[in-house]
Amino acid sequence: MTTTNGGEALIRSLEMEGVEVIFGLPGGAILPVYDPIIDSPIRHILVRHEQGAGHMAEGYAHATGRPGVAMVTSGPGATNIVTPLADAYMDSIPMVCITGQVATPAIGTDAFQECDTVGITRGVTKHNELVTRAEDIPLAIRQAFHIATTGRPGPVLVDIPKDIVDPTNPRSAMDWHWPTDGDLASSLPGYKPTTKGHPRKIKDAAQLILTARRPVIYAGGGILKARAAEALRELAELCDIPVVTTLMARGAFPDDHPLCLGMPGMHGNYTAVTSMQQSDLLIALGSRFDDRVTGKLDGFAPDAKIIHVDVDPAELGKVRRPDVPIVGDCRLVIEELIIAIRSLVGSDKSRDEVLDAFPDRSAWRATLSGWQELYPLVYEQSEAGDLLKPQYVLEELRDRAPEDCIVASGVGQHQMWTSQYWKFNHPYTWVNSGGLGTMGFSVPAAIGAKVGRPDRMVWAVDGDGCFQMTAQELVTAATERIPVKVAILNNAYLGMVRQWQEMFYDERYSEVYLSPDLPDYVKWAEAMGCISMRVESPEEVGPAIDKANEIDDRPVVLEFRTDAAEKVYPMVPSGRTNDDIVVDPGLGEGSR
Amino acid sequence: MAPPAKHHVLSVLVENKAGVLARVSNLFARRGYNIYSLVVAPTDDERFSRITVVVDVESAPLEQIVKQLNKLINVIKISELDPRDSVERELMLTTVKAGVGERSQIIELVDLFGGKVLDVGHDEMTLAIDEHPTRLDDVEDLLRPYGIIDLQRTGRVALPRLERGTAPRLRLAN
Repeated sequence: MTTTNGGEALIRSLEMEGVEVIFGLPGGAILPVYDPIIDSPIRHILVRHEQGAGHMAEGYAHATGRPGVAMVTSGPGATNIVTPLADAYMDSIPMVCITGQVATPAIGTDAFQECDTVGITRGVTKHNELVTRAEDIPLAIRQAFHIATTGRPGPVLVDIPKDIVDPTNPRSAMDWHWPTDGDLASSLPGYKPTTKGHPRKIKDAAQLILTARRPVIYAGGGILKARAAEALRELAELCDIPVVTTLMARGAFPDDHPLCLGMPGMHGNYTAVTSMQQSDLLIALGSRFDDRVTGKLDGFAPDAKIIHVDVDPAELGKVRRPDVPIVGDCRLVIEELIIAIRSLVGSDKSRDEVLDAFPDRSAWRATLSGWQELYPLVYEQSEAGDLLKPQYVLEELRDRAPEDCIVASGVGQHQMWTSQYWKFNHPYTWVNSGGLGTMGFSVPAAIGAKVGRPDRMVWAVDGDGCFQMTAQELVTAATERIPVKVAILNNAYLGMVRQWQEMFYDERYSEVYLSPDLPDYVKWAEAMGCISMRVESPEEVGPAIDKANEIDDRPVVLEFRTDAAEKVYPMVPSGRTNDDIVVDPGLGEGSR
Repeated sequence: MAPPAKHHVLSVLVENKAGVLARVSNLFARRGYNIYSLVVAPTDDERFSRITVVVDVESAPLEQIVKQLNKLINVIKISELDPRDSVERELMLTTVKAGVGERSQIIELVDLFGGKVLDVGHDEMTLAIDEHPTRLDDVEDLLRPYGIIDLQRTGRVALPRLERGTAPRLRLAN
């Protein structure tokens, strides 16, 4: 054992966990921890606002699958990172957040920059812990990474009082000891996530799949968290079952696959939404029957039996009672399910012989492809001199980017259009805020993703409203030479709110106008060290994107002037069932 | 057999450390479930505490509560105690008006319920009675006419009944 202090032990613990980058911003209470960072191989990225650190850690985790790490000071530092914690909690993002805290004798005295961090973040973290003794730091860090990355992933916060990390304070002295696996296990007697599905339930599920006539796989973000994209593809192909990928699961199954139906939900495409409505078996894999997917619950998929696989037992039966609930890791369960289906059919059978074992589903396939033809995604190209169509900009961005490009988005219309129009053919290429719906997510999340995957091109597709919330992080990107690309779809409005006011509030536009020119986005981006261009006519779109794609030494911001009248279709109006889906009025005769 | 209970009684084994009670009570509070009573105390193993929590059946769906509680890292084990299959006790301390004329009546009543007189003044008495919670309701009713000055109940604690095979034939208590 060697003698050290809490601050050094904290950084050393992060090194032991394999942390390569910390997103953070120092302050009074966390100062002693920042001193040993100078001597550590861990890269620290200095953000301009703590919210940026949190979303960067999330973007990093999205793109790499490894836990993102953020470090901030006490009080306002901690409260500023509450939104990213809540965001990571809703979307099950593995993340570890270290917060400074006032010295232990000052806790509870309303000291300068003091707040009840563990109290404030209790409801928005998977777990949090206030450490009160220096010698407890290594175990607290090991626990944090273990809890954040196992079972259902999520954010874990560790609150560290200043006195136990300050080398000038005797309370920080400690002997270094890195906890063993045994120490870790015995320190968490109540935490044992189930990963292996129950064999009898898996057999029940296999039997349901073998008799279904109109089955649909409802793939959620859990597929990506469990690294189960390949297993999902094998299952879908073996059983010839179409797949819908939720907003959190875009890329979990390739969009160019013949069995892919795309995104379901409030702004999902007609075929994905209606296939679920009319299915007789929904195989929910790592999805959670979110209200944006189900629409009005009592009208959701009324004839479907449900197989629900989730690593979190509390998801099973939370919204819709499953016929076959299976608690377990999605990848392990899908692999077992494939074995179970094969053994029910006869394990020596070829794939074609396996397919023969299913009921005739040709009518179902014909129905689905009929819908795909009748109700494609459509928009009308703008006339010369008019503002750009956002969908056109997205098609050009998509077609001019490499296929493995990572795209991040904010929240609102531009997010839905990106999810609809981008072709996600690879897992971990889509980074967005699904559950919490955090405006301003895209710029910092894209920066975090680029730090994690420097080999990939990373685009942030943002709205003008979102951009104004977190744009300052482009200073971070310019300083740290993180060459992300940002496309602002500037329609001068809070577009999604405007759409709802147009459709459901008699076109009474209340507090949604933002102005196209104030701020001047190009000047602002340039002031932050970015290269920036404004794009106003369709023929400029392609060349501007090509130019942006060539720049690889600094961030680029393209401002596209888009048409505010454009609405996101299809749409299931809030409070209605998915049967009431409204497709683009441009579909004319066939529209409903 | 007794009618179905109006309350869920959950016995929650948790780590004995700071903040755990807040996590548990927070889970009820954010969903708007009212806690009827709650008792926390260490078990025979000092690493663990047991929380006995009683919630109203109608306001709270039991399955979700149990699953959400199980998600808390510091929760070890949860058992639902069906009142029909468990032994329950609660302690009541109460100070009642007791003039010279009423004293013997009250002492008789306390004896009947196996309670104790803790303190006697000129015209009041403090009593301690541990009983099944519904029996304590009866005691309260019986004492009320004398005039209750102060009353404090602890909330219920409970343990599952022993299996029929291993329990002595004579049931000693309800």
